[in-house]
Amino acid sequence: MEERIYLDHAAAMPVHPGVARFCRQFPDGFAGNPSTIYREGLQAQEAVATARERVAALVGTSAPDSIIFTSGATESNNIAIRGAALRNRKFGKRVVASATEHISVLNPAKDIQKGGFALTLAPVDRFGTIDLDALAAAVTPGTVITSIHHANNEIGTIQPIREVSAIVHEQGGLLHVDATDAAGRIPIDVERDGIDLLTLSGNQLGGPDGVGALYIRPGVRVQPVLVGGGQERGLRPGTENVFAIACMGEAARLAGEEMAGESKRLAAIRDRLIAGITGIEEAYLTGHPEERLPHHASFRFSRIEGESIQLAMDMLGIAVATGSACTSRTLEASHVLLAIGLAHAEAHGSMVATLGRRNSMDEVPRIVGAVGETVKRLRAITPL
Amino acid sequence: MADQIGYSQKVMEHFMNPHNVGVIENPDGYGKVGNPVCGDIMEIFIKVKDDVIEDIRFRTFGCGSAIATSSMVTDMARGKTLEEALKITRDDVATELEGLPPKKMHCSNLAADALHAAIEDYREKQKKE
Repeated sequence: MEERIYLDHAAAMPVHPGVARFCRQFPDGFAGNPSTIYREGLQAQEAVATARERVAALVGTSAPDSIIFTSGATESNNIAIRGAALRNRKFGKRVVASATEHISVLNPAKDIQKGGFALTLAPVDRFGTIDLDALAAAVTPGTVITSIHHANNEIGTIQPIREVSAIVHEQGGLLHVDATDAAGRIPIDVERDGIDLLTLSGNQLGGPDGVGALYIRPGVRVQPVLVGGGQERGLRPGTENVFAIACMGEAARLAGEEMAGESKRLAAIRDRLIAGITGIEEAYLTGHPEERLPHHASFRFSRIEGESIQLAMDMLGIAVATGSACTSRTLEASHVLLAIGLAHAEAHGSMVATLGRRNSMDEVPRIVGAVGETVKRLRAITPL
Repeated sequence: MADQIGYSQKVMEHFMNPHNVGVIENPDGYGKVGNPVCGDIMEIFIKVKDDVIEDIRFRTFGCGSAIATSSMVTDMARGKTLEEALKITRDDVATELEGLPPKKMHCSNLAADALHAAIEDYREKQKKE
């Protein structure tokens, strides 16, 4: 039996072995509650403080208190959008987001329309890059918050965040950046890039599930989504998930340390994959050919459907993702693929491969071969 | 089904090795259902002799259940009279496949409809002759 090849790191990452080693130092977790002042409590407090410093360092801020820990990227995105929009509503009641944001940004942005906010979705070009002129027109003087992801999970395109920041700040509003897919893969510097709020996922850094973080620039006001005991500056009440937070901190430290080398290694594999797969008949790269995440290769194939591709690849021992409607909860075509201008039939035939630590260059021929076999098999059945 | 998303063994067998794939030149009946927006398109070709489905072929663009249901319905209809074949329902196809995930029951279970459309087409043609 051939080894499995896992190519869906954007969906879930295995815990980094270094993080696992770190976590094993605390087989019983942390005994104390960080809100207490006896020794066990102080130990827990210190573990959270260390994690905060490590996450802060990864995103280029010297103010650890600007990081709050959450249950994951979805919660961070909710606090950023709802919390900042509601707290600063006097500034204005317009929210702007790119059309290709993750659903955990789009849904809170849509939801606060019920509270009288207006939402503008800013378009992207055929590579998925935000249209800066259209963004400049969309961000009006009353735009309280603009949310643009650092990079897209389905097509891998990296956004020109510094240019986006200049446009947003010219009108005086806030910029939120969902860096779930970019953090640990490309350098992020909230100071240099002019970011007011930044979302991070613990798992996407190689840490455990169920933990994330939100950077909030000092001075930026945000109101809580949950109310309770006042932990995490009142923005994320509830006793801290100390064990997961500590492990996320270690993941952030390792990600920062290994990013340059690992990203270079993965980009070389990615480029070989792209060259091999786009050599298949009627196979096309989706997303930007150069400005893309180092671990991300995404494609579409004419006349065949993505879930079938995913299933057939699984049978060949390879786990890939698809933006196919058939695999989504809503059974709707991917909003990202429609936003880059694909027709519905084209959007159905997508396949996404996201690489991780365990992948190697040696796997490329088997992956390309499996894709070729799958495409051939499904094209033999298609009426299109 | 315990697993709400995953497919049964039977579905995977038909998906990996679909039966009756292909085209019948000059078919006696032809049915096509679905559209590119929903992501499933199926076409079924039938050859009829003495009111019995003598040969049946399909081609499908769609997800795993779309392909498996097409394969299954063609197996079920082969050798049946038109009357019997018209009684095959979407639920019958799903049952034969040992169930489909709930969300697939409607969107990707159009194979029985394609079969019925092919039979209707055959009957329309008979009327004209």
